[in-house]
Amino acid sequence: MRHLLSAADLDAATATSLLDTADRLKEALLGREVRKLPTLRGRTVVTLFYESSTRTRASFEIAGKQMSADVVNVSAGSSSVSKGESLRDTALTLSAMGADCVILRHPSAGAAHRMSEWTPAHVINAGDGMHEHPTQALLDAATLREHLGTLDGRRITIVGDVLHSRVARSNVALLSMLGAQLHLVAPPTLLPAGVSGWPVTTGHDLDAALPQSDAVMMLRVQAERMHGGFFPSAREYATWYGLSEARAARLPQHAVVLHPGPMLRGMEISAAVADSPRAVITGQVSNGVHIRMAVLYHLLASQEAGT
Amino acid sequence: MTSRTGTEAAGQRELLSAADVARTVARMAHEIIEGTAPARAVLLGIPSRGVPLAHRLATRIGEFSGATDIIATAGILDITLYRDDLRRRPTRPLEPTTLPEGGVDDALVVLVDDVLFSGRTVRAALDALRDHGRPRAVQLAVLVDRGHRELPIRADYVGKNLPTSREEEIAVLLEETDDRDAVMIRRRAQ
Repeated sequence: MRHLLSAADLDAATATSLLDTADRLKEALLGREVRKLPTLRGRTVVTLFYESSTRTRASFEIAGKQMSADVVNVSAGSSSVSKGESLRDTALTLSAMGADCVILRHPSAGAAHRMSEWTPAHVINAGDGMHEHPTQALLDAATLREHLGTLDGRRITIVGDVLHSRVARSNVALLSMLGAQLHLVAPPTLLPAGVSGWPVTTGHDLDAALPQSDAVMMLRVQAERMHGGFFPSAREYATWYGLSEARAARLPQHAVVLHPGPMLRGMEISAAVADSPRAVITGQVSNGVHIRMAVLYHLLASQEAGT
Repeated sequence: MTSRTGTEAAGQRELLSAADVARTVARMAHEIIEGTAPARAVLLGIPSRGVPLAHRLATRIGEFSGATDIIATAGILDITLYRDDLRRRPTRPLEPTTLPEGGVDDALVVLVDDVLFSGRTVRAALDALRDHGRPRAVQLAVLVDRGHRELPIRADYVGKNLPTSREEEIAVLLEETDDRDAVMIRRRAQ
C-alpha cells in the first residue's frame, strides 16, 4: 500500500489487516505509562488542511506523535495558500522539505489523488469534498466490529445527508466489502442521483428501518455544502429523520448508534440519544487514533511498502 | 529434476527430538526456579514460538516449585513496533501483547524466545519492556542458542547450545504451532 486515497481502493484483506493492526495497537497501548512507540522515529508527517477540522486533524497528529513521527500542521488559512499558491506547488514545497507523508483535506473531490501524482510522499486522503474519507470508514468499521463482533451479515442503517457525505460514500464502499448489509434512509432530495448503482437498499421511513438495524449511523446535515432548499425546515428534518429518544427505543437491545461528528444535537440526533449508553460516538473517536496509527504504520514503517 | 522440497528434506536434520525438547524445557524450568525463587516471575514469550514456550515453562515451574514461593505467570510481548529492521522488510503484521494481571512493575521478568541468534530481537524486547513498566530484574531464556551475536547480549537460561554456520537455519517446531516438537537444522533456502 503506497497511498490511502479511497476506501474503494482497499480489498477486504488489506482492510481487515488495517483493522487488526489497529486492535493490536489499542491493546499494546492500553493502560501504559508511556504512550509512545518508537516505530516511525525520523519520519515526517504533514497534515495539510484546506477545510476546518477538529477531530480528524488532532487524531492524525496524536497518531503520528504516539508513533514518534515528527508531525507538522499546515492549514490553508495561515499558509501561502492564502497568498494564492496552487495545490501542486504546495505539494512540491512540502516534499522538497522532506515530508514522508502528506495528509490532505480539501474541498474538491480527487484532490488527494492528484496530489499523489505530484509528490513522492505517501498521501492519505483525510476528506476530499463530497467524495471520500477513508480513515473515517475504517474507524467506523473498527467500532462496529468491536460492538457487533463482525460486519458480515450485520444490518447497518445510514441516515441523513447522504448526498453531501464523503463519510457515507467511504462507508458504503468499505462496509459492503466487509459483508455488511446497508440501508440508506434520507429525504429524496438528499440521496445522490447514482445511488441505484450502490450496493445498498434505500428508503425514506426511519421508523420502519430501526427495528431491523444492528447499528444506525447518523450523518451530519452539511449546511455548508447546501445551496438551496433540500428540505423545508430544520424542524421538519428533525421530525422525520432525527434520532429522538422515542425513535431510538425502536432499535433492538444490542444495536449501537454512531455519528462521525461534529454532531448537531437536536437536528439529526437528540441530546438524550447522543449521551445514552448505546451511542458509541466517543468510542469512534478513540478508535480513530488507533486506525490512523495503523494506516501510518502500513504506509511508512517499511521502505518496501508499495513497491 | 529434484523438487525443491525434496532437496530441502534431504538436507534437513533433526537435532532435538520431541522427548529432548520436553526434557530441555523441564530442565530450564528447574533452573529458573533456582535462579529466581522466592519471587513473582513473569515469563514473557516473544511471538511466535516464544509464546508457547513461555506457557510451558510457567506450567512446569508451577508443577516443580513445590514449597518454594515462586509464582510464575506467562504473557506475550510483541516487539514488532520496536524492531530495528522495519524499514528493510515488507510491513509486518502485529501480534498481540498480553501482560499478566499486575503488569511487570517490580516483577522478575524472564523473556522467552525459541532461538537466540543476532540478539536484535532481545534488544527490541528490552526496549518494549521499558515502555510497559519497571521490572525488578530482566532475564532471558532461550531454547536454542545458535551463536553469531551482533550485540552484547547473552541468555541466562539456555536449553541447548548449537554452534551453527550462517548458511544454516535452525527451525524450532512446537506442537502448538507446528503439530510436533522438534529442533531441525537445514541449509538456508536461496
